[in-house]
Amino acid sequence: MLKNISNLGDAALYCDFGIQVNKETNLEVIKYFNTIREKKIKGINNLTPSYNKLIISFDLRVTNFSEIKNKIENLDTTIEQNKNNKKIVVPVCCEENFALDKSRLEKKLNLSYQEILTKFFDKEYFCYMTGFIAGMPFLGDIDENLRTQRLETPRVKVPQGSVGITEQFANIYTFDSPGGWNIIGNTPLKVFDDSKERDPNLINPGDTIVFKKISRHEYESSNDK
Amino acid sequence: MNMRVAMTSNYFEILRGGINTTFQDKGRENLYHIGIPFSGVMDNRNFLLANKLVGNDLTAPVIEFAYQGPHLRYTGDQLNFVITGDVIFKIKKKDYEIDGDCYHSYHLENGDEINIISTNKSVYGYFAIGSEIDLKLQWKSCSINTKANIGSNNGKKLDSGQKINLLKINSDKTLKKVNYINSKIENLRVIKGTNFDYFSDEGKKIFFEKEFIVSKLSDRMGMRLEGPKIENIVNTNIKSEGLVKGVIQVPADGNPIIMLSDHGTVGGYPKIGVVVSVDYDRLVQLAPGSKVKFQEIELSDAETLFKLYEMETKNLLNQI
Repeated sequence: MLKNISNLGDAALYCDFGIQVNKETNLEVIKYFNTIREKKIKGINNLTPSYNKLIISFDLRVTNFSEIKNKIENLDTTIEQNKNNKKIVVPVCCEENFALDKSRLEKKLNLSYQEILTKFFDKEYFCYMTGFIAGMPFLGDIDENLRTQRLETPRVKVPQGSVGITEQFANIYTFDSPGGWNIIGNTPLKVFDDSKERDPNLINPGDTIVFKKISRHEYESSNDK
Repeated sequence: MNMRVAMTSNYFEILRGGINTTFQDKGRENLYHIGIPFSGVMDNRNFLLANKLVGNDLTAPVIEFAYQGPHLRYTGDQLNFVITGDVIFKIKKKDYEIDGDCYHSYHLENGDEINIISTNKSVYGYFAIGSEIDLKLQWKSCSINTKANIGSNNGKKLDSGQKINLLKINSDKTLKKVNYINSKIENLRVIKGTNFDYFSDEGKKIFFEKEFIVSKLSDRMGMRLEGPKIENIVNTNIKSEGLVKGVIQVPADGNPIIMLSDHGTVGGYPKIGVVVSVDYDRLVQLAPGSKVKFQEIELSDAETLFKLYEMETKNLLNQI
């Protein structure tokens, strides 16, 4: 449920859906996100859904906080939405040179790499949000036994395609980027494609993701690579 | 003259790219949710003035530069150009060279050169050309985001050896000017952030009373500040959530970072405050080494001040 609306500066609304980070809360965020998008409310120029928050940016030349707040409070979210969420299979190679944090994870989690991978590939994941860098999906929840902190010192450059885990989440680096997630493998799949302006993200909030373990040979012969 | 030849024969050669020279316009809307920031010009008022001074559509693409700008040689038919901001530049004609004035449009003839030497105690300047530029848009915008390689020029900054091809030169070549001096800002006005209470009483006091210095590690993504450490007493991380331009995040090291046009769309550091819209244009012009203080302001005052600032911008545009 939408618990509270406050202002984030003078040109954005901060919608708080509670402190719980789970699929149920996130689906509520996504419901608001979809409804507001469809309504095309004048002055709104960006929507940023995350685990349990929705930030609504607006053009201060056109509208203001109280006007938009009023519209959001009176929003009818009961309308049946087109649920076009997809199930996407993401191939991941976890061999040498791709599993950058293999030994760190083995130590931190006190598990063999084989055990780590079994637990990782054994689950379906839910996409909570995309962002930070273009198209990066934030997925969850990973197995309780795989949860660990970010690197103490983030990498300056995490290679594109890297699949990382931290806390209850997994993600995929869509670009070479700085970052501190624990890297367990790499996907040859193109997760962000800016030549598709209408729909550049392969994975969108609400989608289900299944990771599939592949060999180096399969990785290298993949069409996307 | 054959029309087609005329259209393709007007261009600039880039003799020196400058430090961070990009095409920019008003940016991209409604893409935060897929991780693409707003981008667009850093200093909106100087962008609008530049376009008006060469008779362009107000939101036409311009060349934005930081510190040292580009050195360009022009080939083609006469056109107008202007530079806005606080910028030192030279115009080299066939037989002589002059120091250019900002906010004055000039004619440019075949073979002329423009050398944008540096911004003066500021960061960004704008070079507008009285012509349509041949640019590939992405999501209806030319704005270059060099971190995600999005926008014209394959999302990369302009470099020496490249060409800027022009399409249709504006027919009106009247020279225009406006009297305008960029004012400096020392007190950044902020609205308290959503994690304001993550900080100790002493930390809050430091935030609103002490001076901070703009660090060299500042770019189109964000401005890092250095000063007395702002102590966090709750948690130095939050669950990642959306960001907007102007948000001041304080990571574990206690030094504030202000989000600017190319900021990451989500972030996981506590938000102590948000710089208000009226101060953006002057905020981005703070060069490394500048000293700033934060001053608290209420939402209603921020809204009124922004309206006044917009009226002032309109008045300036109407004088041209």
